[in-house]
Amino acid sequence: MAQTIAKTHKEWEKPLTELEDTIGKLREAARKEADLDKRAGYEEKADRYQEQAAKYVELMYANLGDWENVLVARAEKRPYTLDYIGAIFSQFTELQGDRNGFVDHAIIGGPALLDGRPVMVVGHQKGRNIQERQMRNFGMARPEGYRKAIRLFEMADRFRLPVISFVDTPAADPGVESESRGISEAIAASMLAMFELRVPTVAIVIGEGGSGGAIGIAVSNRVLMQKHAVYSVIPPEGCAAILWRAPERAPDAAKALQITSESALRLGVIDEIVPEPIGAAHRNPAQAAEFVKAAIVRHLAELDTMSPADLQAERQRKFRAMGQFGS
Amino acid sequence: MNKTAIGNDGTFVQCQNCKKIIFSVEFAQNLYVCPHCQHHHRLTTAQRIEQTFDEGSFVREDDDLRSIDPIGFPDYGAKLEQLKAKSAATDSVIGGTGTIEGLRVSAAISDFSFIGGSMGSVAGEKITRAIERGIDHRVPVVLFCASGGARMQEGLLSLMQMAKTTGAVQRCREAGIPYLAVFTDPTMAGVLASYASVADVILAEPKALVGFAGLRVSKQAGVGKVPDDFQTAEFVFKHGMLDRIVARKEMKATLASLLRTLGGHLYAAPASADTTPAGSIPAGSNASVPALAGGNS
Repeated sequence: MAQTIAKTHKEWEKPLTELEDTIGKLREAARKEADLDKRAGYEEKADRYQEQAAKYVELMYANLGDWENVLVARAEKRPYTLDYIGAIFSQFTELQGDRNGFVDHAIIGGPALLDGRPVMVVGHQKGRNIQERQMRNFGMARPEGYRKAIRLFEMADRFRLPVISFVDTPAADPGVESESRGISEAIAASMLAMFELRVPTVAIVIGEGGSGGAIGIAVSNRVLMQKHAVYSVIPPEGCAAILWRAPERAPDAAKALQITSESALRLGVIDEIVPEPIGAAHRNPAQAAEFVKAAIVRHLAELDTMSPADLQAERQRKFRAMGQFGS
Repeated sequence: MNKTAIGNDGTFVQCQNCKKIIFSVEFAQNLYVCPHCQHHHRLTTAQRIEQTFDEGSFVREDDDLRSIDPIGFPDYGAKLEQLKAKSAATDSVIGGTGTIEGLRVSAAISDFSFIGGSMGSVAGEKITRAIERGIDHRVPVVLFCASGGARMQEGLLSLMQMAKTTGAVQRCREAGIPYLAVFTDPTMAGVLASYASVADVILAEPKALVGFAGLRVSKQAGVGKVPDDFQTAEFVFKHGMLDRIVARKEMKATLASLLRTLGGHLYAAPASADTTPAGSIPAGSNASVPALAGGNS
């Protein structure tokens, strides 16, 4: 067991990535080696390490702690919304602007084809490098992001397109500008708009389902969650800051908040856990996308049998039933 | 809150804002607003009900609902037990019906003294039922907000109350029932980002704290310097996110005017609790909507 608690996914996976690097180097050495005996030796060693790494991956991900799960959900290498759009849909055309003076790049969206069928796709988008991360505000949408989403939801309703939402945000943007432009109203209005829809809607949490920022685009007929995604009422750091005035106790907060896909399923908040490849989505993005696509297609087929009025009523019933209390 | 600042027992209290001394009888007569600096002190739910509804007209509903500890959150179960023993409040929202200048409404009042007015399953359910009661009985809905946000101790279920209450507002809109929200100190985070912000009309008490991210969370997120009036009702008003800032002594009359105008179509028709309401929860729903208590018309 690790002695210290990792702060990033990279740190947590380091022993594994080092092993994988070593394997890569051995293969490279084998490829360049003229001596056949030596080459066989390298290859054999690489094979042995490979076997070890595979076992290690399985072990690490089978016994994922709550905090490690957060790290995996936040992993830099994890596929983001645009990766899934690229793998699952065709003819995606990104549409932009809130038609009220502002542009947001933390929520993206537009029409696309799913196996030839027109749909509307909306999702949070994080950045891959420093510039893109800044441009996308680390996936934290400002009010204009939600207002654009509302535009796209309403457009989808007009043109009878099912809405697919990809949820992956640490939180909505908490800054002064977002407060000035009404981030709270934008989130609430986006939920309201989703309740109005008379088309099938499916949301899938693919990374971080961060509180209001997440639910703002996830009031859908079906809510799915990838196995290693997390979904939470408050970021673990924020919870620890409030509860213990100690953000560094985020790992404890992660455990207390029960943010895993299994917890969400048990609480009746999500309909299904979408499996991930062994070692999480980033180890095999193509397979991860296949699983996601299969789940979306299956749920859409079920929702296709419902009338527009029933779709709206079913969505209302679903969220109306959420909560647990006694008397 | 300074405990002595609540009473009207003939003693003196100190204003929390200007620190001047106020005779407690005068303080109560002035609706717990400081006569020197006009600071609006927080009210108890009983005080709010007394100030807002016609005498004796408010009938509480859904008082039987109790919070449970669905995710075994550290200390939450014990906290609930402790509150049960020492507090008269059963949770952070009181639902009910009453009349305002003779006009029937369905209402809910948040209680900040109960775990910061936070919205867990019970608060979400009570808000939802208050809205549904308005829909079912064709009377306007008035919600007084006072909350730090979603109750993190109930985890994701609290987040889902944001969707649930907003869903009720959507049905309220479809049914043509006016919904008025009053932001009182404080109206924050998960409450502000759900049912509170999608009211037909939003009023706020002066200087009420109104915002999305709590200070400790903002700090954690690296939000830098903020304007002096940041997250006040005045700041939010300035940015067009609420309709009016209303002094406490004007609140009842302002609500009544809105009820007579926006709710005029409802009061004109004979109210009948037997008619099938438009826009209510579709058949097959598991939602229970208790009957409206009588005697308020």
